[in-house]
Amino acid sequence: MATDTQLDSWEVFMQSRAGANFIHQGSIHASDKKMALQNARDTYSRRGEGTSIWVVPTHEIAASDPDDAGMFFDPSNDKIYRMPTFYTMPEGAKNI
Amino acid sequence: MDNVQNTMSKEEALLAKFEEKTAAGEAIEPRDWMPEAYRKHLIRQMSQHAHSEVIGMQPEGNWVTRAPSLRAKQILLAKIQDEGGHGLYLYSAAETLGITRDEMIAQLHSGKAKYSNIFNYPTLNWADIGAIGWLVDGAAIVNQVSLQRTSYAPYSRAMVRICKEESFHQRQGYEIMAIMMRGTAEQREMAQDAMNRWWWPSLMMFGPHDTDSPHSADAFKWKIKRHTNDELRQKFIDKTVQQAEVIELTIPDPDLKWNESKQCYDYGKINWEEFYRVINGHGPCNKQRMDHHIRVHKEGAWVREAAEAYKSKQKNKSINLN
Repeated sequence: MATDTQLDSWEVFMQSRAGANFIHQGSIHASDKKMALQNARDTYSRRGEGTSIWVVPTHEIAASDPDDAGMFFDPSNDKIYRMPTFYTMPEGAKNI
Repeated sequence: MDNVQNTMSKEEALLAKFEEKTAAGEAIEPRDWMPEAYRKHLIRQMSQHAHSEVIGMQPEGNWVTRAPSLRAKQILLAKIQDEGGHGLYLYSAAETLGITRDEMIAQLHSGKAKYSNIFNYPTLNWADIGAIGWLVDGAAIVNQVSLQRTSYAPYSRAMVRICKEESFHQRQGYEIMAIMMRGTAEQREMAQDAMNRWWWPSLMMFGPHDTDSPHSADAFKWKIKRHTNDELRQKFIDKTVQQAEVIELTIPDPDLKWNESKQCYDYGKINWEEFYRVINGHGPCNKQRMDHHIRVHKEGAWVREAAEAYKSKQKNKSINLN
């Protein structure tokens, strides 16, 4: 007898309405893309929660290491001039 | 010797950091470091929770073909599909801890993993479907609302999703009971009979009293659990008594009484001997539930094999094309 399998794992991303971001929902099991989309729909959108779905094989996801978060995100922490509040606007200027 | 001390202190530092995070109410994600005991506790609790959702489809499935109207049948089918979906959310969330779904199912079949005791009771008449939705799902909701704030993020996310869907389950059950209580004397009797049989097992769903609960200390320290079994049980009783009164069902507990000073209900003694007897395999339906799951799992093997065969065939095709 062939070894039992629960098929491959896929990550599910769903868009709740046209124009919105695709947001991670969780994962499902399926053996191919078509089954993955159908299982994702049946699992994560039984009440009209989605208008569009992406499925990605779980093993294809690259993720940053939470332990390295400090170092990894460091380049973005010291550039306060990227924030609009960094700048002093002349007194009286409007709509800026 | 130095090496041993180094790994010890490294482990201790990681544990200290972990406990600082959980104490501050921060969420733990799958790739974060976590103590083995935390991982083990979650795998046990989450797989048991997932198995409960799936086994819970059986007592309800018993009434699909005999639902009293097309409306009732459609609702019951939708509810059962939700339970399957809830099982899938939870299996997925548990898999992030490094256990595979095959392993979880094997543990269910070998008896190593448990499922909620309540599903070892039979559904004898249509009112039982009302009682399950209202009382069993009602009790589950109290527990799951509390678990929405559990420290393990994938578990918490699954709980948020489940809670959104459960209130339909509870309301449809209460509606069944309310309709039967407005019906004939015989229907009222059936509803009361279901109430009598499901009330105490529903209270047992929250687990042993806090003084006898074996898994609690670490679960609280690491914020897997936020409320004790007794706190949750009390919350369920306090909100359910009024609902029973509205539809004129009697709670089968002669000791149930409003306690003015504590502002909650006092209730009678729970029969823990029955609880442990059922947990240890001697409930009315333990064998039936497990035999059914094993049989269906085996009978469905060819579907999974066919899906795998189709996958490799498609793979070969695309290789040939290149």
